[in-house]
Amino acid sequence: MKFFGFVIVCLTGGLLLYGTMDLPDWGDPGSPASTHLSDYYIEHIVEETQVPNLVTAVLADYRGYDTMFETAVVFCAGLACFLLLRDFRPKKDRYFRHVPTGVMLHFKNPQTRLIAGNEFEHMDKDWVPSDMIIKTVCRILIPFIQIYALYVVAHGDFSPGGGFQGGVIFGSSLILMAISYNLKTLVKRVTEKFLSVFAALGVLIYVGLGVAAMLMGGHFLDYGMLAPLLPSDPGHIRALGMLGVEIGVGIAVMAVMVIIYINIVSEGRHDEGL
Amino acid sequence: MSDILPLIVAKYNFWLYIILMMIGLYAMIAKNNLMKKLVGMNIFQTAIILFYVSIGYKHGATIPIIQGGHGGHSAHDAVIHAADYINPLPHVLMLTAIVVSVATFGVAMALCVRIYQRYQTLEEDELRMRVSERITHE
Repeated sequence: MKFFGFVIVCLTGGLLLYGTMDLPDWGDPGSPASTHLSDYYIEHIVEETQVPNLVTAVLADYRGYDTMFETAVVFCAGLACFLLLRDFRPKKDRYFRHVPTGVMLHFKNPQTRLIAGNEFEHMDKDWVPSDMIIKTVCRILIPFIQIYALYVVAHGDFSPGGGFQGGVIFGSSLILMAISYNLKTLVKRVTEKFLSVFAALGVLIYVGLGVAAMLMGGHFLDYGMLAPLLPSDPGHIRALGMLGVEIGVGIAVMAVMVIIYINIVSEGRHDEGL
Repeated sequence: MSDILPLIVAKYNFWLYIILMMIGLYAMIAKNNLMKKLVGMNIFQTAIILFYVSIGYKHGATIPIIQGGHGGHSAHDAVIHAADYINPLPHVLMLTAIVVSVATFGVAMALCVRIYQRYQTLEEDELRMRVSERITHE
């Protein structure tokens, strides 16, 4: 199988390398990809939408319908991870730790209940205390990562950035919290309900803006029609519509990243993991 | 041989991406472990993303963010030349592709976790053995 695979790979690679002979040189301004359609976009986007970041303008306005389903794909991926992995069955063995002394209690009978105050906390079998240096550094770092993520979302129209990127950065800050402390700390602060609602809310914001444009008498996702709703310069209304859409995308992507992470590392039990 | 060298130098980006792509394809075909296959798939996707982004590049051009476009009115004064900005369309396509690749990778890993929970292995030959055992038992 290995030899057979190697032969196939060599054949395909050889054919593709032979095919590069017909491709334009690297960085050639006259290559077919950069001559027909892209010139129109580069020259007319600022005039039409007032958004200097061409990638955001094409993504959220000219191809807004496509990006809406893109967000729906991300949402579906989160949903698929949840449905495949989420496990609501209670575990047979439970461990509790007495916080002041560090003594562990092991419950073998699932019916047993521990009636105590806050001195005991539910633990995993292979729990180890997190390292203080890592915890401290991450605690300082996480707020700055989140501020940066919000900046990337909010400034996506004018500088490199956008909803997908900002959402991923925000989600990764939450994942960093789960790695540096433990998964329970994250799940306690950012509950599953919160994440599920936000994943759906992001897609809803996107679709809602499109429907709002329709209700105002325009086409679906035609942001120019939203002008009477917002007291702003009518020239900037498309930029504002794009910003709203990017916020929706950012929320959905953030929530889905965390859902995927939590479900995969804990095999759907949301209590232990990396 | 002396003819082929300038050809490679002019298109070395494509050569690099095709080599990367073939590494990924080989991993997908020949590796036995499902996680390694997934890593191969990710390498393959990355190579295609790099390929598309490199198509958008133009010599002497900058990133596709119009300079002075912030003020609104100032943008109308300056004429925008398409040759000054790299092609934004491959970037848009690949932004989409990156997001889909992350989402599909998440679902694929979830499937791997389920397979491991059921069969206690991710090796392909062992999986095939266990599946046939299960069928004969039933």
